[in-house]
Amino acid sequence: MRERQVWLAVLALGLMVLPWHNTVPSGASPFMPSALGLAADGRGWLWPLVLLLPLMFWAGMRDAAGQVFLALAIGGFALLLAQGFVVGLRGPSLDWVAGVFPTSTQGQTGFGWGGFVTGVALLGLIAHALALRGFCRGDRFAGSAVVFIVALLGLFVFFPILKLALAAFVGPDGELAIGPFLARLFAPEIWRLDCLTGGRRCGVVINSLVLGLLAATICTTLGLALALIVSRTSFRFKQTLRALSILPIITPPFVVGVAIIVLFGRTGLITGWGAELFDIRPTRWVYGLTGILMAQVLAFTPITFLVLLGTVEAINPTLEEASQTLGAGPVKTFFKITWPLLRPGIAAAFLLAFIESLADFGNPIVLGGGYEVLSTRIFFAVVGARYDLGNAATLAMILLSLTLIAFWLQQRWLGRKSYVTVTGKSDAGLASTLPFGLKGVAWAVVVPFVLFTLGVYAVVLVGGFVHDIGRWDLTPTFAHLNTAFAFEISANGVQFFGSAWNSMQTTLIVSAIAAPLTTLVGIMTAWLVARQDFAGKNAFEFGTMLSFAIPGTVVGVSYVAAFNVPPVDITGTAAILVICFVFRNMPVGMRAGLAAFAQIDRSMEEASSTMGAGGATTLRRVVLPLVKPAVFTALVYSFVTAMTAVSAVIFLVSARHNMATAYIMGRVEAGEYALAITYSTVLMIVMIVCIVLIQLIVGARKLGRRREFQGQTTPAE
Amino acid sequence: MTDEIAIEFADVTKRYGTAVAVDNISFSIAKGEMVTFLGPSGCGKTTSLRLIAGLELPTTGVVRIAGRDVSQRAASERNVGMVFQSYALFPHMTVLENVAYGPVIRGEAKASARTRALEILEQIGLSGLSGRLPSELSGGQQQRVAVARAIVQQPDVLLFDEPLSNVDAKLRRKVRGEIRDLQKRFGLTAVYVTHDQEEALAVSDRIVVMQSGRIAQIGSPRDLYERPASPFVADFIGDANLISGQVSDGRFRAADLDLPMTGAEGAAQISLRPERIALAPGDGSPSGKVLSCTYLGSRWEYEIETGFAELLTSRPMTEPPIAPGTRVSLTIPDTAPIRVA
Repeated sequence: MRERQVWLAVLALGLMVLPWHNTVPSGASPFMPSALGLAADGRGWLWPLVLLLPLMFWAGMRDAAGQVFLALAIGGFALLLAQGFVVGLRGPSLDWVAGVFPTSTQGQTGFGWGGFVTGVALLGLIAHALALRGFCRGDRFAGSAVVFIVALLGLFVFFPILKLALAAFVGPDGELAIGPFLARLFAPEIWRLDCLTGGRRCGVVINSLVLGLLAATICTTLGLALALIVSRTSFRFKQTLRALSILPIITPPFVVGVAIIVLFGRTGLITGWGAELFDIRPTRWVYGLTGILMAQVLAFTPITFLVLLGTVEAINPTLEEASQTLGAGPVKTFFKITWPLLRPGIAAAFLLAFIESLADFGNPIVLGGGYEVLSTRIFFAVVGARYDLGNAATLAMILLSLTLIAFWLQQRWLGRKSYVTVTGKSDAGLASTLPFGLKGVAWAVVVPFVLFTLGVYAVVLVGGFVHDIGRWDLTPTFAHLNTAFAFEISANGVQFFGSAWNSMQTTLIVSAIAAPLTTLVGIMTAWLVARQDFAGKNAFEFGTMLSFAIPGTVVGVSYVAAFNVPPVDITGTAAILVICFVFRNMPVGMRAGLAAFAQIDRSMEEASSTMGAGGATTLRRVVLPLVKPAVFTALVYSFVTAMTAVSAVIFLVSARHNMATAYIMGRVEAGEYALAITYSTVLMIVMIVCIVLIQLIVGARKLGRRREFQGQTTPAE
Repeated sequence: MTDEIAIEFADVTKRYGTAVAVDNISFSIAKGEMVTFLGPSGCGKTTSLRLIAGLELPTTGVVRIAGRDVSQRAASERNVGMVFQSYALFPHMTVLENVAYGPVIRGEAKASARTRALEILEQIGLSGLSGRLPSELSGGQQQRVAVARAIVQQPDVLLFDEPLSNVDAKLRRKVRGEIRDLQKRFGLTAVYVTHDQEEALAVSDRIVVMQSGRIAQIGSPRDLYERPASPFVADFIGDANLISGQVSDGRFRAADLDLPMTGAEGAAQISLRPERIALAPGDGSPSGKVLSCTYLGSRWEYEIETGFAELLTSRPMTEPPIAPGTRVSLTIPDTAPIRVA
């Protein structure tokens, strides 16, 4: 009742008071730039929306739970979208609209505050009407959450992808046709196999696939070896290795590539030693497949390691003990029992690394040389001199299809992964140790990898603070730090001179806004999926999971395709950066949330609701305190990813809102490696400080009641 | 107990996709009454309870609480108290915070909510534990906190979802007595779900026996035990020997069994309680052979093979045991058989 009136008031505000467009369209001179004013000024297609207000008021008074009210709210929302999409910047896309409303040929600009607020109010009214009709067991808060999250996912995940798919069909004269799409899809530079026969280079899809398969194979092998060493030998630095495996996550994207160039480039350190000691002629061998592969192995092995460690540790030791009591030796037990149980985990890790490799942008752009992959080709088709959105869209669709197939395979595998069962009973058995021969193999695989990692991070650690690491000039200096982050404290306050301050500030602000929003959306979505029942829930869950599989490059180019033009033109703003991060990283928050909810007795929330608490109160007072670890994970992950993301952001930064990673990429392209490394080091330190801060803020209350997580309400006695 | 109706179901159905959990049931519960939903797992008893709570909304039909149609109202908009199977105490709140949660949520000032919570805790005998966390209580204490939390707001109806399933078997008898006392002391309308028929007989004014989503029978514990309306109810409430036979000329006949029976002629089924069949060595009519004789401490339990059924009978310890293999003649009082079909 009161809620309905609030939403109706918001609707009135959006339609009658706030400026409808983001800039007043040319040719219009209304007394007021709101929808009402514009309609009165002769823009007749806005009248139906304005008239919606009294209609909804009347229908609400009559029967808010009735079909008429709901139909009006949904119809109004459809109308809002329709008028925005049909009447574009250059007039209507449908001829009859121009006939009925002659003024519409003057066109209209994108939604301003009025348009957005109207949309929000209509969504709120839809949710209200649905809740009154029993949607989400009548819980208004949950109902609203579903409606708003669906609308947001629709606008910021699926609409851009759809728009991008359409762009792949747009011909040179702006017409929609299958011909240009087919021409782009079957272009020889995408598919050709010339590299196999010698001669020229292979197509870009072939390049991507070769890279992805190689990277996934190597990462999975290394990850498995590490996991086996950590869990099945008397390895003592288990916790250290686990902690170190988060290092690549907080490593800014280009720094590993730069370090590899510093070590192995034509004038690199190791190349130099090779030339001196063994008289190997320095070449540019590291640029291309080899270099990208090295960087990706470094970056993605920790991911496969964590996945496989989970799988190895989940194997019930009693199974192996049973095998041994039945007369199998350690080697036979490993290959007959342990290995088959590991296989689903290995498949999952492989596909994960494959997806990451395909989606990777930072390493190929630094180390690719002439070796082009899908993500870099897409980037150059949009940002380079030959701007060709149609081509970029086609390539993006191919990339998306590849990752979706891999994602689908992975889900299938994980879905069937029923071997590893968690029964909740304690398994008294001890995990058997690795057979001796295998142990040797594992160490032989792992040692070079660890040395390589140490070398790369040593360069990163030292590189920023010496004169020129690339030429082995190790004179300590703060010159690079000074270039980037010089400041002066004078009578007028602090003045920032360094060239990096601007991007650093934007990055911190955008990340600090995006992280809590991402967490909120992610945990809310998890809560809806885990705890609410509503029509279309399966599709909802599928949709949110799907957004996880879209590579950053595809997101970036789809945002360019969708949000450069009305009705929602927001490119060049800081908001689009925040939005991009929220919907890219939301699935991680969702997964953390889902895992947490699975461990919490659902009846606690039901108890709260029988005591009179609505969904929002229950969420705040019961759920959030119990899922605090998931909140922490989501906050840290979304913050760190926002700080280090590059693939989507690179399309969306502008001169006003530049991000740290884009700035670093500029330095790398200009060959200023030391500066790039310095900035990366500072970024890593800032991130660690921020993680500690988040821990203090989120974890503070936990310390006061440390016992709360020890015993849930288990049947005691 | 008054005749005022506290809860009413009118043609209520709950479907999950194509599965029907509750199939077109109607009943009403008077104010101050304690009613139990009893039935095997999957019979729809818990769903019915959750429909009262508002944790599920009916697909069709009307649910009324205190005369108000609440069919499409969320749980938070109904005035119900519920004791969950797992107790569902909030692990991050103290006992006092748990009990005061409802009043605070419903807008009561913190101080008066605390006072009220403390009062209830005292009445329930837990006043010394108000500062503890749930994890620091025993199972029985947790159970009582859950009850205190459910009744603190004087709900229109108090719901129990198998509240004793996590209580030690020995404590159960005591705790169920406490629950019944409390319900009478506060004059609460209560609905109780269990699959344990003994528990249901002990605590209820009336019992609703459910079977695959429908109501099999509603009645007082004594009604259900002594006058079951169907073979299912007879078998579910206590032990029953179900015997199929024919009714003609005012007699029920099955093999050598011949008992007086009124009602419609033709195929029929009767229920015989084990304790109502007397045994004596011999070969009268009806007769049978002892298959097994089990010592149960308080009584002997026999399995008897007869011409019409395999009978379960129980005899007091005061009678001497009869060895397996012995032929026995059976004595059945005319009032013992109950026609169930």
